[in-house]
Amino acid sequence: MPFFHKHLLGIQDLSKKDILTILETAESMEGISTRDVKKVPVLRGKTIINLFLEPSTRTSSSFELAAKRLSADIINFNRQASSVLKGESLRDTVENLEAMYADAIIIRHTAAGAPHYVSTFCRSHIINAGDGAHEHPTQALLDAYTIKQKKKKFEGLKVVIVGDILHSRVARSNILCLHKLGTHIILSGPPALVPESLEKFKVEVNYDMDRAVEDADVIMMLRIQKERQQKNSYPSIREYRFLYSLTEKKLKKAKKKVIIMHPGPVNKGVELTSDLASSDRSVILKQVENGVSVRMAVLYLLLGGKEREATD
Amino acid sequence: MDVKIKARIMDAKKIKRVFQRITTEIIERNRNLNQLVIVGIRTRGVHIARRIQKLIKNLEDEDVPLGILDATLYRDDFSDLNKQHIIKKTEIGFDISDKDILLVDDVIFTGRTIRAAMDSLFDLGRPRSIQLLVFIDRGHRELPIQADYTGKFLPTSRRENVKVRLKELDNIDEVLITEPIEIQ
Repeated sequence: MPFFHKHLLGIQDLSKKDILTILETAESMEGISTRDVKKVPVLRGKTIINLFLEPSTRTSSSFELAAKRLSADIINFNRQASSVLKGESLRDTVENLEAMYADAIIIRHTAAGAPHYVSTFCRSHIINAGDGAHEHPTQALLDAYTIKQKKKKFEGLKVVIVGDILHSRVARSNILCLHKLGTHIILSGPPALVPESLEKFKVEVNYDMDRAVEDADVIMMLRIQKERQQKNSYPSIREYRFLYSLTEKKLKKAKKKVIIMHPGPVNKGVELTSDLASSDRSVILKQVENGVSVRMAVLYLLLGGKEREATD
Repeated sequence: MDVKIKARIMDAKKIKRVFQRITTEIIERNRNLNQLVIVGIRTRGVHIARRIQKLIKNLEDEDVPLGILDATLYRDDFSDLNKQHIIKKTEIGFDISDKDILLVDDVIFTGRTIRAAMDSLFDLGRPRSIQLLVFIDRGHRELPIQADYTGKFLPTSRRENVKVRLKELDNIDEVLITEPIEIQ
């Protein structure tokens, strides 16, 4: 199953086949990270720029490790020490970086659509590492990978996503991705933070979390995004915690072998308790571990080999 | 691209004899069979490796471990490939350090796959030796690599292609020479 994309801008552009190809490739990459020599030469000589214009721990270091394990050279663009602070525009920044012969640019930006915009004038491969409240494709791919690893299938699974759906690019990419893979999706959270316009994806909405998690195979908790809340969408953190925090009691309603996911960073005690975050049902650190394999797969599929003609 | 079959070189009977002969050669040369491990290169090399493993077991009652290698990530001719290679898992569940490795592939051509496979093995450990088994040697080497055990030397032109078909994958054991059909 070949993969014919130049950029990875969002899950929206991927077919089910594309997604499965990425997951399959990620599986093959997994062994590299656990062996003694954690490096293969496949992207030797390629230059990749990590352009993170919004803070990140996991995604940025995960991409950096992924690139290094494939032997690419990677530059971490540090916003605090750059001319962005002097008012240089995104376009100028990218064009200057590209003038130094970058093969790929990984972008995180506060504005939705920034990676799409960059891809319109850029020769390099563009990878979206999170744009505003729009998409975060590699997170959705690593979540799907983790679900596949634990559940061995997608069809018929009941996945519950809880929290601030409206401001969450993780939720959006995950809904698009899991929808394509054929899982049953249920959203829960404060009414002001759960959009109703998602019906075309056949998602179910249930504001009552106790009911939403009934018989769930996967519970995905989202972070309360304080930085993206314009006004209070819920009365107080205390009330949010009371209604939408994952507790042992709520968890009892889910399937016995339910897995708990969270894209991080966890607000411990708000979205879920510390105990649950480190319990054996939590796969939060597994998600982080899988992130590297999935990003290696994405980098390989985009940069490995030249522009492919549709022969053979 | 359409291809036509130019010649059928081997059938199941001949193939079986070749594997038997090679196995005898391997046993003759490796007095310490307990030092030996087999590594098959995906895809057809793996199936040939399994057959050799079984034949060694039959003849010498020795269980030789078998690993699977995908050398795609070590190839140097990446940018020349039109077709994208989907990477499969490398599954070598044993330590190769200080072992005698028998590397197995179906066809040797330029030698570049073998070079990639050897680089890949060295990142997994330091074997004592590597021996190479190829079923078909079709010539046209671009690197100084030769097999220790060869099933058949089959001179071909560069235009031609050698197809090894195996029961496990193709429901038939045979070796064919094919050629692309010119489109007028």
